[in-house]
Amino acid sequence: MPRFVRYLAPLVAFVALAGLLYKGLSLDPKLVPSPLIDKPAPAFSLPLLQHPDTQISDSNFRGEVTLFNVWATWCVACRQEHPLLMQLAKQGVRIYGLNYKDERAAAKRWLQMFGDPYLANAFDAEGRTGIDWGVYGTPETFVVDKKGVIRHKIIGPLTSDSIQHELLPLLKQLQEEDG
Amino acid sequence: MIPELGHFALILALCMAIIQAIFPLVGSLNRTPDWVALARPVAWGQFVFLSLSFGILTHAFLVNDFSVLYVAQHGNTELPTIYKISAVWGAHEGSLLLWVLILSGWTVAVASLTRNLPDEVVARVLSVMGMISIGFLSFLLFTSNPFERLFPVPVQGGDLNPLLQDFGLAVHPPMLYMGYVGMSVAFSFAIAALIGGRLDSAWARWSRPWTLVAWVFLTIGITLGSWWAYYELGWGGWWFWDPVENASFMPWLAGTALIHSLAVTEKRGAFKRWTVLLALLAFSLSLLGTFLVRSGVLTSVHSFAADPARGLFILMFLLLVIGGSLFLYALRAPGISRGGGFANLSRESLLLGNNLLLLVITALVLLGTLAPLLYDAFQWGKISVGFPWFTSMFVMFTPPLIVLMGAAPLTRWKQQDPAALLRSLRLALGISVVAGLVMALPVREGSLSAGLAVALSVWLLTTLLTSLKQRLKNRPGIGGLLADIASRGGRSYYGMWVAHTGIAVFVIGVTFVTQYDIEKDVRMSPGQEIQLNDYRFRFDGAVPHKGPNYSAQIGTIRVFRDGREITVLHPEKRTYLVQSRPMTEAGIDAGFARDIYVSLGEPLDNGDWAVRLYYKPFVRWIWLGGILIAIGGLLAASDPRYRMRVLASLRGSRTATGTASAEVHA
Repeated sequence: MPRFVRYLAPLVAFVALAGLLYKGLSLDPKLVPSPLIDKPAPAFSLPLLQHPDTQISDSNFRGEVTLFNVWATWCVACRQEHPLLMQLAKQGVRIYGLNYKDERAAAKRWLQMFGDPYLANAFDAEGRTGIDWGVYGTPETFVVDKKGVIRHKIIGPLTSDSIQHELLPLLKQLQEEDG
Repeated sequence: MIPELGHFALILALCMAIIQAIFPLVGSLNRTPDWVALARPVAWGQFVFLSLSFGILTHAFLVNDFSVLYVAQHGNTELPTIYKISAVWGAHEGSLLLWVLILSGWTVAVASLTRNLPDEVVARVLSVMGMISIGFLSFLLFTSNPFERLFPVPVQGGDLNPLLQDFGLAVHPPMLYMGYVGMSVAFSFAIAALIGGRLDSAWARWSRPWTLVAWVFLTIGITLGSWWAYYELGWGGWWFWDPVENASFMPWLAGTALIHSLAVTEKRGAFKRWTVLLALLAFSLSLLGTFLVRSGVLTSVHSFAADPARGLFILMFLLLVIGGSLFLYALRAPGISRGGGFANLSRESLLLGNNLLLLVITALVLLGTLAPLLYDAFQWGKISVGFPWFTSMFVMFTPPLIVLMGAAPLTRWKQQDPAALLRSLRLALGISVVAGLVMALPVREGSLSAGLAVALSVWLLTTLLTSLKQRLKNRPGIGGLLADIASRGGRSYYGMWVAHTGIAVFVIGVTFVTQYDIEKDVRMSPGQEIQLNDYRFRFDGAVPHKGPNYSAQIGTIRVFRDGREITVLHPEKRTYLVQSRPMTEAGIDAGFARDIYVSLGEPLDNGDWAVRLYYKPFVRWIWLGGILIAIGGLLAASDPRYRMRVLASLRGSRTATGTASAEVHA
């Protein structure tokens, strides 16, 4: 019997992998709402991407409906998403950025190259703030209401479809709420 | 009405697949020749119905039948005809249909090209392929029916994803699927051999050409994808370690290990268990790739619409196919004989070393791909296993791989005298070390990585030449070479030769473009000039342009060298009208030793544009390497000894049939 057991090793490894994949399915970020939804946005204070000496904090979000977009220059999907953020900014949507685990020079160059849709960018080199906000991967976009409460989170790149049917209606509804 | 016929044809194909999965296998076990004989006609039947179904979906795209939901989502009247056809596999449902069609195509290829094999072996192989087909056809019919209707019928369709409106990406998926699905042939041969308990060098010889051809398609598919990413995504990269790219790379790595391991099993009867396991692994990784792409477990640029119900279905299917096959392996493996022994230094041992290195790389790619999932599942916090991680892993494991690659063809089977090996490698070693050192010298702006890459490439080439010289000792001149190529086993050897040269070319391309490329992001006003390396770029502004289904801004950039204009480039910034999605089309001047690459960024004020300029040395060599590897694979697969056996046994089987009928008449 021990000989037989030895050759079970690949099967055991595969079953472990399958278990992980099953867990992955149930963890599907697009299905499970973040525990932070309807909670106040986690506090942070970080240097600005463009001006390292100036700090930006979550208090910047108060009073207006805001998008908080997590991005990085090493993230391929962020490039895909970027032009849509540019369009949103042109429509007057307030977008702040969290530049996540990135290099300052590369990030600045990116904004110069592809355009800058952000009111300001927090520079999170170590990814501490990202962890506090429960960032799963880049890009992610949080919708923060006038009271500074996270109301929605979109994981993965925005698409014209998700903007039309999901994001813009929600922003409109939140605009009508009291601050 | 016609789309319903397509749906019906799919159902009939599933019925055929069920018959194909059950009867030939059972017939081969309880010796019922009629059931065994069912395998081939049923495989053809399945292929006919799937072709019909695929043809009907294509027809729906061509005539803009937006009453079919899938066509309404991804078709458009303004789409150029070629993209109406490629739109068939432009999204989940249709690409899955293409997948099963290709599987069925491989099945009939096996059915018609294996007349020389024992009938019960073919019956089992076709049965296993039928089982795989059942899984995918049920997936298609129960979760992703491409013929679903839509009412009311929209006047216009949602258009094909603009990223996919490109020739490179129109042909990329079919090539890749040919490779993925082709690995199912090696898998089915392995399962059939495990069922029958007959794992011998004949089994390896039957599997070899099929595995090679599938691997060639995978190579072409990956190369095409890389080339497409380079010119279409607009930032000059050619590989991103994206989960979906990794999903195609892992079966390629396992497939590479498999074709080498099969060689050992065929020639020496060794590595049998290992080869079987690799055959199971290569196809399992193809299936895993499908799961990753379609379940939405990982986010990626390439991801299809994520649907957890689909993910669960594929996961169940994975459990059945991979779990079942590994269980069968565990049952049968103890009974497999060890085969020919070999010394610590022999071609077998070097190939085993290479196999292990390839598998280590496969495991690392798998780990890197699944890392976000792992960390999330175990709450280890977040890490980013990004580009630098993959690159450093690769830089660590590729050099030993190449060192072994160079030495193996000069090493004897079974046992090699170390001193003799060292003697034949001496010259190659000297030349490559010197070449590497020269390249690494700081005077020539050299670098350590460039030096290492040159040393490894030169090592590969010089060892290949040494081995050629040894091989042609008794066949001098061009005539001798041609005679040797035509000889039995000749194309196998020269296929290896060409493919390994491809690796050398690829290594040079990758290293040089990473080490020496120059990029500049600039704001350019019309008429302004910018110097980059030896080249001067003049921006002559951008003008609006209207395409069939997009509007664009087309820039003009003239490139000068030594005061002479060498090319005019027209990078574009397109906005596709239906999906209002912006796309860049890079302007590229391709060359053997360098590419000049420009892409348009954002329009700024006063007609100024953000422009990205690149000088990319030797970037073409990356794909040239891929092409050489594919040619080498084809050459090896076309070796006459695979066909000679077909002819010989055709003659044999004819005599056998003759005898059989004679007996009947008697």
